[in-house]
Amino acid sequence: MRFPSLENHPQQQISPQNLKLRDDPKFAATKMAIFQYTAVAVFLFLVTGFWELQIKNPEIYSERAERNRIKELPIVAPRGKILDRDGRVIVDNHSTWSLILSRENLKTEHLHEIADGLHLDYDDLLRKVQRYSKRPKYEPIIIKEELTPADMAFVQSHQDPETFPEMETIESQRRLYPENGILAHAIGYTGEISEAELDLPEYAKYNQGQIVGKTGLEKQYNDILLGVDGERQSVVDNRGREREVLGIKPAIPGKNLQTTIDLDLQVVAELALEEHRGAVVALNPQNGEVLAMASNPTFDPNKFAVRIKGSDWKEITSDPGNPLLNRATQAQWAPGSTFKPIVALAGLESGSIDENTVFNCAGGATFYGHFYKCLEVHGAVTLHRGIVASCDAYFYGVGNKTGIDNLAFYAHQVGYGAKSGIDLPNEAAGIVPSPEWQMRTSRQKWYLGQTISVSIGQGQTTVTPLQMARAIGGIAVGGVWHTPHLLLSATPSEKPHEWALNPDNVKKVVDGMYGVVNEGGTGVRAKIPNLDVCGKTGTAQVASADYEKTHKDVKDNAWFVAYAPCYKPEIVVSVLWENAGVQGAHAAPTARDVIKAYFDKKARLTEAEMQKQQRNPAAALVSALIPKTSS
Amino acid sequence: MQAGMKDFDWTMFFVTMIICGLGVLQIFSATHDTIWQGSWWKQLMFIVAGVALMWVVANIDYHALIRRVYPLYIASVVLLVAVLVIGKRAFGSTRWIALPAGIHLQISEFAKIAVILLVARLLTELSTEVLQLRDLLKLGGIILIPMALIAKEPDLGTALTYIPVLLIGIFLAGMPWKYWAAIGLVLVVVVPIAYASLHDYQRARIVSFLDPERDPQGTGYQLIQSKIAVGAGGTWGKGVTKGSQTQLRFLPVPHTDFIFSAFAEEHGFIGVMLVMVLYFVLLMQIVQNAQTAPDRAGMYVCMGVGALLLFHILVNVGMVVGRMPVTGIPLPLMSYGGSSIWSTFLMLGLVNSVRVRRFVN
Repeated sequence: MRFPSLENHPQQQISPQNLKLRDDPKFAATKMAIFQYTAVAVFLFLVTGFWELQIKNPEIYSERAERNRIKELPIVAPRGKILDRDGRVIVDNHSTWSLILSRENLKTEHLHEIADGLHLDYDDLLRKVQRYSKRPKYEPIIIKEELTPADMAFVQSHQDPETFPEMETIESQRRLYPENGILAHAIGYTGEISEAELDLPEYAKYNQGQIVGKTGLEKQYNDILLGVDGERQSVVDNRGREREVLGIKPAIPGKNLQTTIDLDLQVVAELALEEHRGAVVALNPQNGEVLAMASNPTFDPNKFAVRIKGSDWKEITSDPGNPLLNRATQAQWAPGSTFKPIVALAGLESGSIDENTVFNCAGGATFYGHFYKCLEVHGAVTLHRGIVASCDAYFYGVGNKTGIDNLAFYAHQVGYGAKSGIDLPNEAAGIVPSPEWQMRTSRQKWYLGQTISVSIGQGQTTVTPLQMARAIGGIAVGGVWHTPHLLLSATPSEKPHEWALNPDNVKKVVDGMYGVVNEGGTGVRAKIPNLDVCGKTGTAQVASADYEKTHKDVKDNAWFVAYAPCYKPEIVVSVLWENAGVQGAHAAPTARDVIKAYFDKKARLTEAEMQKQQRNPAAALVSALIPKTSS
Repeated sequence: MQAGMKDFDWTMFFVTMIICGLGVLQIFSATHDTIWQGSWWKQLMFIVAGVALMWVVANIDYHALIRRVYPLYIASVVLLVAVLVIGKRAFGSTRWIALPAGIHLQISEFAKIAVILLVARLLTELSTEVLQLRDLLKLGGIILIPMALIAKEPDLGTALTYIPVLLIGIFLAGMPWKYWAAIGLVLVVVVPIAYASLHDYQRARIVSFLDPERDPQGTGYQLIQSKIAVGAGGTWGKGVTKGSQTQLRFLPVPHTDFIFSAFAEEHGFIGVMLVMVLYFVLLMQIVQNAQTAPDRAGMYVCMGVGALLLFHILVNVGMVVGRMPVTGIPLPLMSYGGSSIWSTFLMLGLVNSVRVRRFVN
């Protein structure tokens, strides 16, 4: 029997009667065969697993391995700077850190703590993450820009694989605007592209999460300012640590934008507005360059540069002063008496009056059975005195005689009732009322009495400060209205509007505006010694006189439009003070300050130039010997 | 007695050595630039010591061991209790006993041997043709005690490796079909209860096994990363130290539990086939030794070892290809770790102890 080894060990406890049964190790041969087949089955089961992964579709997994291994982080391209005409920086960038969430390993339940840690609004964050749900997973979301040291500390202590590995920081560029809101309206601000914008064809080239210009120059010249983001491709380990840099595609910074703005004038304009609601526009009437453009109240665009906080947005939008409105291009108000030079021009050009045509002012005048008031009793008034004293009765007469069609025609010629075409978004067009306009808009017939109101810039007539500066400037240069623009290098796409005015007529109107400032007229406060300043005041009702009497908070708007020098204009300035009431006369000094700043600077530069030549005798000699081409 | 070591199973030995060698190479590749970079050398030492252990055990008559199996079993249970009391805690569970010289022994790996021997003994001592309920309960009891202690560590994966030892035993011994039906019934009742009493992480592992993409960063992570590593290996593999999943550590523990995943990434389907064939040859050698065993005790020992190894391979490699849940049990002979290497060599020593005595008489 084959049980030798057990026999050697007598202590074993197997009962002898079962020895035969227990002796045969082959009793389970079939079962062992079953085990062998089971093993075959197990190995086939496992091998087919490898077959499936490694032979059938290894590309899927290779691709996923590559995505594990290779991380692409955007290098945010800085936007171009915005400069003034002398190359001084108005809008700059500075480096900050931004937090991005990698969506490949994002866990929604982490968002609450992440939002808390970074002081973000959880609902905002959740919405944002949900917005991205349709986009490819490898596109990260920027959730906070301009990380504070506290934020950075939070990120660094929580971005380990066990906590919130989805958090990553990248260096980015943040817009730095003048904090006091200087030029804020013209510059505008940037923001993340919105869902609504993404649906528009002109935004099709942008990606979700991209920062684009939202208003102002930032929007207008977004394509110039926007750089091309770069990318850093590197090999990372499971903790996101960079092991090897595979390649860097550097960011291409956006181009700088040199504007026509002169910061020296801009600052004066902003300061002169003080606390008043209103606007100042300074143009070069010879070419349409905008030298200054101020609107008050203003806002701090830096609050928009990062994703704006809900509370800030609410504060800004609910402000009754409406600080986001660019009053220079968007405030539409009756021009009041500043309209009178245009009425005078219409009368002269259409031949309905000449400089000697007399209208009588008896503290007003009666037309169509209704008495229209003037502020004073001026008696017999001709053109020059009519403008200088801003006699309403005189202009009632001119307007009545010239007729609404001629008034509207010349108002359109000077650019009223249509957008000036300035390179800023959302410009307002204003209104030039006429029978045709009235029929079109309200299906009502024109009453001749309306013409009387239009003659002094009231009625439905509305203009923007920008239109006013352009209109008066265009008259002053003899009938050329350039398209205002803020981009210095811009060759205006539109040709300037030209309408050959009779130079004699222009001179008569200009003489009147000279008198306004220099002959004891209504704009005497704009006078500058040794400089020919022309101007025209305006006090425009915003409601009926009776309404204004009972509502003390509703007051007249004050206008002043001025330019200099009178017969070879270099700068035209329009000033609007909303709700100024009796303080209306202050609009004139504001215009004066800007004009003075312009000529002071010019004198300073000339002086500096001369001093430079004195220090450099050779240059002085050269400039003395070689006649200047311009002269 | 000396049973002629020329009968030593050299085929099995060479197959074992090749598998171990590939394991060392993979450990080197997976750890060469990490804090574990000396592991391949330590593993080599473990293997050398393991081979020595195997030799020693092969020279001991397995009957002598079976005779002393009760003290062995009791010692194992006491040590398992000791693990829970004084054991070293790491990665959230207490599995090791620290010995001097910085050696940490995972007792659950060694207790298997006592259980295999005890099952062999009890089945050999049967007084009837087939298993009786009494025998079944007895066998169940001796398995359940170490299993419960190991599950308490908690180390459910290793605890489960005891089940195939029992199953193969009762399968070979023969059991009335109604007992099988009863076991099935008990499982139907016990599984939901057991599931309810699992630790959260254990439950999460099962859930993530069923649907790994549901929580790709959490417990499904390991399974997904392992599948990515295997798939990325393709036919020919990426080469030693070239697998990105392994080298950049997207693959968790690429030198221990997931070593075969790392191997599959760097050596591809070809390498996988080679190792699978080697394991298969190893298993078939063990079964052959069972078939030629001089007695039932030897047959039970060999088959217990075979079933245990098959189960390890199924669960570990199955996990690597995403066909089994993550359990954290090592791949015998390849995974880094002294306890696993030594217990495997001890078991192979038992198989050889049976083999060299097949022609005695």
